[in-house]
Parts: sequence; structure tokens; C-alpha cells
Amino acid sequence: MATHLTQAAAVAACWSCGQPASQHFCEACGKIQPVQNIDYFSTLGLPRKLHIDMATLEREFYRLSRKLHPDLFARATVREQEWSTEKTSQLNDAYRTLKDWIARTAYLLELEGVKLEEQSRNATDTARQSGAEKKQVVPPDLLEEVFELNMQLEEMRMNKQMGEDDPGIARDLQNAKEKFEQKMNDLTTELQSYWDQWDALIPPGENEPKDQQSRIRVRDQMVDLLNRRSYIRNLVRDVNEALA
Amino acid sequence: MKDERIVGIDLGTTNSLVAYMEGDSPVVIPSEDGSNLVPSVVGLDQNNQFVVGNTARTILIEHPERAVYSVKRLMGRGIDDIQEELKLFPFRVSEDVKPGEVLRIKLGDREFTPPEISALVLRQLKKNAERFFGSPITKAVITVPAYFNDAQRQATKDAGRIAGLEVLRLVNEPTAASLAYGLDKRRDGIVAVYDLGGGTFDISILKLHEGIFEVLATNGDTHLGGDDIDNLLLAIALDDIAGDLKLDLRRNAEAIQALRKAVIDTKIALSSKPEAQIDVDLPQGKRYQRTITRQQFEQLIEPIIQRTVAPCKQALADAKLQPSQIEEVVLVGGSTRIPKVHALVKELFQREPHTELNPDEVVALGAAVQAHILSGGSAATKDMLLLDVTPLSLGIEALGGVVAKIIQRNSTIPASATEHFTTGVEGQTNVAIHVVQGERELAKDCRSLARFDLKGIPPMPAGLPRIEVKFLIDANGILHVSAKEQRSGKEAEIEVKPTYGLTDDQVEQMILESFDYAEEDFRQRQIVEARNEAENILLALEKGRHNPAWQRLTEQERREIAEREIALQQAKGSDEYKQIRSAVDALNEATMRLAELMMDSAVTTALKGQNMDSTDLQGGPTASHPIAPAEITQD
Repeated sequence: MATHLTQAAAVAACWSCGQPASQHFCEACGKIQPVQNIDYFSTLGLPRKLHIDMATLEREFYRLSRKLHPDLFARATVREQEWSTEKTSQLNDAYRTLKDWIARTAYLLELEGVKLEEQSRNATDTARQSGAEKKQVVPPDLLEEVFELNMQLEEMRMNKQMGEDDPGIARDLQNAKEKFEQKMNDLTTELQSYWDQWDALIPPGENEPKDQQSRIRVRDQMVDLLNRRSYIRNLVRDVNEALA
Repeated sequence: MKDERIVGIDLGTTNSLVAYMEGDSPVVIPSEDGSNLVPSVVGLDQNNQFVVGNTARTILIEHPERAVYSVKRLMGRGIDDIQEELKLFPFRVSEDVKPGEVLRIKLGDREFTPPEISALVLRQLKKNAERFFGSPITKAVITVPAYFNDAQRQATKDAGRIAGLEVLRLVNEPTAASLAYGLDKRRDGIVAVYDLGGGTFDISILKLHEGIFEVLATNGDTHLGGDDIDNLLLAIALDDIAGDLKLDLRRNAEAIQALRKAVIDTKIALSSKPEAQIDVDLPQGKRYQRTITRQQFEQLIEPIIQRTVAPCKQALADAKLQPSQIEEVVLVGGSTRIPKVHALVKELFQREPHTELNPDEVVALGAAVQAHILSGGSAATKDMLLLDVTPLSLGIEALGGVVAKIIQRNSTIPASATEHFTTGVEGQTNVAIHVVQGERELAKDCRSLARFDLKGIPPMPAGLPRIEVKFLIDANGILHVSAKEQRSGKEAEIEVKPTYGLTDDQVEQMILESFDYAEEDFRQRQIVEARNEAENILLALEKGRHNPAWQRLTEQERREIAEREIALQQAKGSDEYKQIRSAVDALNEATMRLAELMMDSAVTTALKGQNMDSTDLQGGPTASHPIAPAEITQD
């Protein structure tokens, strides 16, 4: 787990002077330290909380960039240059992920052991191998609406192929799109309410939730909401394509 | 030890420049002929010596087969990519270049790869800087179009190595320009840099914050620029000539070059005048004249400059910004001098763009600033830091030829991604990975960067090996790949086959060859220069004999001069430049008093109010002492 690594890192000795070194630099001699396999939250010195103040995040990103960037190591040894490049790439990757709330939530869920990306990729690969269209599980409460929407989409595509124009269908699709967009917003609000719950599970001064049962419960609810949201997002994208 | 000076180089399609930081401000280093711009043209002179810049441009017009220009268009590209260019540019590509190979271009009776040609331009800039400083230069920052892909960047880096330069950083041209502007402006806010050069177009959107230059998005077209306008005008002129003068010049390289020069002059004139004339003498005593009004010109180029609009809009969308949120716009590149381009940018971003810094020089100036930052900086650059992005998404070819993106475009660099691979067959020990760059869905529509072969995987049942591959894009925008088999912990061996790049061995070989040539070239040049000097002083002496001053020399002095004259006549034919030089020096010394006497009489004549020309002062030996070119020897 990342905490062990972070703790281990905290007591690691500096390669240059042997004094205890912290994550990025040696306290004693100031030399850059080797890359550690740490998560994005730790890279930016943050607990695993989902509410992040954007101004603080940016400030910390700039502050660390001013210390770690390869431009500052152009005259250092090759080894230090490599560490600087790797550390900066880690910092950049971390900042890019954490500043986008969807990427941040998905990343946290992956850290918590959910294989979101792998699931999606496996589904894609399987679909490609079998030649079938990638199947996504339709959330049960949306079944009826999705069925109707797909019919309309199909009709719209047929019309397009025939060169016909049915303003009625376009209007229906537009309405459906607005409805789904509203749902997406609702889901976003709901998802963010779980952020509050998640963040509340992390005791002050700690990096991760203590209560394992709640930890898994909140995590799974977020996975469900995120999947539903991305399902609806794809629907909206399809409608936009059909309307374009 | 004092840190070695690092120069900033703008290696352009049409012109190249070298600059450095003088105190707190960047300055361009002029070339020997005093101009800041070195045309990116390489030629072979009568003595089969490489010449670069203005001299090469003269060769280009008189002997087009002995010169190469706009080679930047060929950097990092393969024969399949350049079919369109070949219709428009008289590149003489070697016939036996196969798809997937690095191009070779014919120059005289030798063949060179694009990085080698670029290296000759770089070598000239290096020489200019060395002459300027009087000390060797071995480190440089070189700019590249922001939209250059990995192969084009690698080719530029190779060119630097071949030229004997350690390339400390490749900087994107628009970003460099923003550094030059940022140095004296010191303002926070959102800035757009619109860079339309000779052959490439870039748009970059940056956020400036307390000295940090953070690129938010970049876009562009690496084959869009002033060259396209020239080609358009050229095509029209050729049509005119074929129609009206019944002259087909399509195969006449010399006439085409003359015509190209004429249309470029007209294009430039149209930026300041309401109309201009193309006027050029053609073979068979014919002459082509045509007046073009600015209005006609603007209509003609509209489709070309409109091609810059979509990249600008995409960059804005990627940065999640509206045009009204852009606080400042900066114009870079010679083509932004065209009033219509200026107007287009103004309309696009709804504000008057900045043009305070010379659009031809601003990129080189920015490169000098970045070079200064890398060498440790000073108070002027203390807080300055460039955070650039990768212009294109990086992906790997997955099942069915589709691209799985692993690093998205506009990610801040350095950036990395880790992917896991496994085997599909029992006992499989190799896994091939195809890496591409681009935004399209299918690998075949993207730019193929390299094929990696992961070798030495321990034989295991299918799907069991877990190979972790790390892709890292460094601060130059260049990809590095490393791999590890996780179950055995074995570092997997990677064999990289760059799709259109040079291998390390090839680059090493070229460095060696370039040294061989450089030595031979240098020796030849020294002989040629010494002979020229000998001719000059002999000619001057001939004139001096007819000067009244000659009569005022003693018998002894005249005999001495005559002896040394004969010695120089003999030495002149030698292949040892030192021998020629010392004979020149000897004669020079002997004629010193003659020169003084001639000077005196010239001054006296002038005081008498007579015509200076009749004294023939300029032909006297005093004029035969050109400032000796600096010789830098490296040991």
C-alpha cells in the first residue's frame, strides 16, 4: 500500500550524503532523490480526499515544478537529470489527473482496487474479437427510456440515409437529450455527495479512511454512479452525433 | 570553471538564426556578411565546398542542382509522406530510397539525409557564434515547430549531434517566442501565439503566472506556410507563361528558381504596397511581367490562410477557452507580415496582436532565453520556467488496428504512461508493440513512430507473463520506452525500429563522416582563401608599380619586393596553405613602406582638392589586408 511506501520513503537515506531524505529532496544536502512508486495524491502531498481546492492544487503544482523540472538540472549528473524527468512526469501526470474531477474520482476508485479501466478495455477487446458491438449493461431504471431513445436514433439514421428529414424525430431526440443531460447533472450532484461521505471517513491528519466497512460501501456506490454517468454520457454523445 | 556558453538556435524552413543572452537581453549573432538571418540553403561551390546561407542562395539560382533549400519539410519523414511535396519542391531524392527508409537527397554527386543537410546549416550558425565569441560552442537549444511529431524532433536532435552540438533542449517555436515577449512584459494572463513561418504553422495558448509559462494547448500544421503562397504564385506565373508566351518552363530548374525569387519579391512588396509587379527575364529572350494588386493577392491566398483557422479553434477548445478570454496575441514568423494574415488573427481573437519584436527574430531570441535558463539563469530569468505540452496523442496499436491512446495531446511534458502486455501463445518469448502518434482512430491513419520488439520473455503459458512497459515523453517531446517482465522481474530487452529515423549507429557514422569532410573542407577552404589573398596582394603590387610612390622607394626596397613577389608566385600553386600564407606575409612586410607612401600621397592629393579616385588608393597594398577570418581550433 502507498502508505508503507510513503513511510519507507520518509526514512530513506539520501544517496548523496546518507542523511534522512524526504520524498523529493534530501533535507540535509538538497539533492534530488530517486523516483518512488507513489500515488498521485502523495506526489502532491495530499490526503486521498476527493474535494480538492483548485487554487491550492495549482499552487502546489507550480511550487514543485519550480523545484523538480528538468530545466533546473541541465548541469546536473545524467542520473539526476533522469530522476528529475521521471519525477516531473509523475508530477505532471498527477496534476492532470487530480485537476479533472471525473479523472480524479476514477483514479481514486482504481487506487481502492476497482479495475474500471481494465473492465472497460476487456469489454472493448471482447467486443472487437467477436465482431459484436460493445455491450454495456443498461442501468435497470433507464431501460425503458434507453430503448425508446435507441429506436429514435435508428429512425434518425435511416432518415439520414434516405436523405429525408423528419423534424418530429429531431425534436424528440432533442427533448430526450435534454432529459438525459439533466439526469447526468443529477448524477454528478449525487456523486459529489458521496465525495463528502468519503472525505468524512478520513480522520484528520490521516491519508486514508479508517473504517474499512464504510470505505467499501462508499467506494462501491461511487463506482455505480460513475458507471451510470458514463453510460448516459455516451448516450448524449450518440444523440449529438445523430443531430449533427 | 566558468560554465560554457549555450546558444539558442532557430532552425527555420527559410532562414535560421543563432542568438545568445547579452546581460539581461537576448541578441541575434550576425553572420560574417553582417546579416542576422542565414538562409537555410546549402550549396556546393565550384571547388565542391559546402556553402550555406546567402552564398548558397546565389548557387540555388544559377545551378539549382547544386543547392538544397526548405529541407526542414523533409525532416523525420519517409518517401511515402513526401509525394505531395515533391510535386511542389525540386527536391532531388535518391531513386533507391525505399518506404520506411530515411530519405537521401542528391547534392552535386553526393547524397545526404535531411538531418545531414540541416547539420550543415547548424554548423554555419555554430561557426558564426564561434567567430563572434572567439571560443568554441558545443551546446545549444534548438527550436522546433510545436506541432512537430516525435520523428521530426528526433531528426532535429540528430542534426545537432552531426553538427557537433549537444542539444540541451528542443523548445517549441511559439513557446520560445512567448519567452522573448515575457522577458520584458512580465505580465500574468492568457496569451495566444500565432506562428506562421516559411513552412510551418503553430498556434499555442499559454497561461503566464509569476514567471511560469504554462502551455495549455497547442495545434498546427507542419506543412503550411509562406512556401505554400510562393508555390501558388509560381503555379499561376507558370500557367501565364505557358499560355501567353508559349513557353513550358516546368522542366527548367534554373528558370523556375529565377521565377520563384521574383514571386517572393512580389509577395514581400505587397505587404507594404497596394500593387507590385512580377518582372523576370526568361529563356529565349522572353520576359514575363504581371502586375498583382493587393486585393488580387488577398483573394488568392485566402484559402491558404484560412487553413490556420481550424487549428486555432481546436486549440481554444482544448484549452477550454473562448476567444474573448485571450488577453494578448503575439505574431511570429515572416508570413505574419502579410496584412491579410494580421487582419485574420485580429478578427479571430478580437484584439490587436503584438508585433513589437521582429517576427523573424523572436523565436531565436526566445531560444537564447531558454538557453540562459538552462545554464543557471540570472536575476532577469530567475523565476522563469517553461511548462510545455506534447502536441499529439501517443497511442499503441491494439486488436483490429485501432489505437489505444495512452498519453493525450496537450499533456504537460515530461509525461508518462505505463501499460501491461502479455503473451497470446504458450511459450511465446517476443511481443511486438507498434507505437503511433496522432488523433485518428485507426493506427494506419496515425503517424507510425516505432515498432518495439520485447524480447527475452521467459517461456510461460499464454497470458501469464506480465510485461510492464513504461512510455515517457521527455521535456523535448521525445519518446523513451522501457520494459520489465514482472513475474520474473527480468528487464525485457527492447529492440526499437524507428519508422523514419536514423539509428544511433547511423548518427555516429555521420558524425565521423562530417568530421572527415569538415577537415577536408576546412583544409580546402584555407587553401582557397590563401590563394585569394595571394592574388589580391599581387594585383595590388602591380598597380602600386604605376603609382608615383614606387619611384620614392630605394633600390634595395624594390629588389626585396621583386624577390618576394617571385617567391609568392611560386608558392601560390602549393597545396600547403601555410606556405602560401607565409609568402603573402613576407611580401606584405616588404611592401609596407610602399603602402605608407601611397597613403601619404593620397592624403596630399586629397588636400589639394584633387579627385581621390585617381590616386588609386583602393588598389594599393593596404587594401589587401582583409580581416583574417577567425580560426577556431578544438583540442
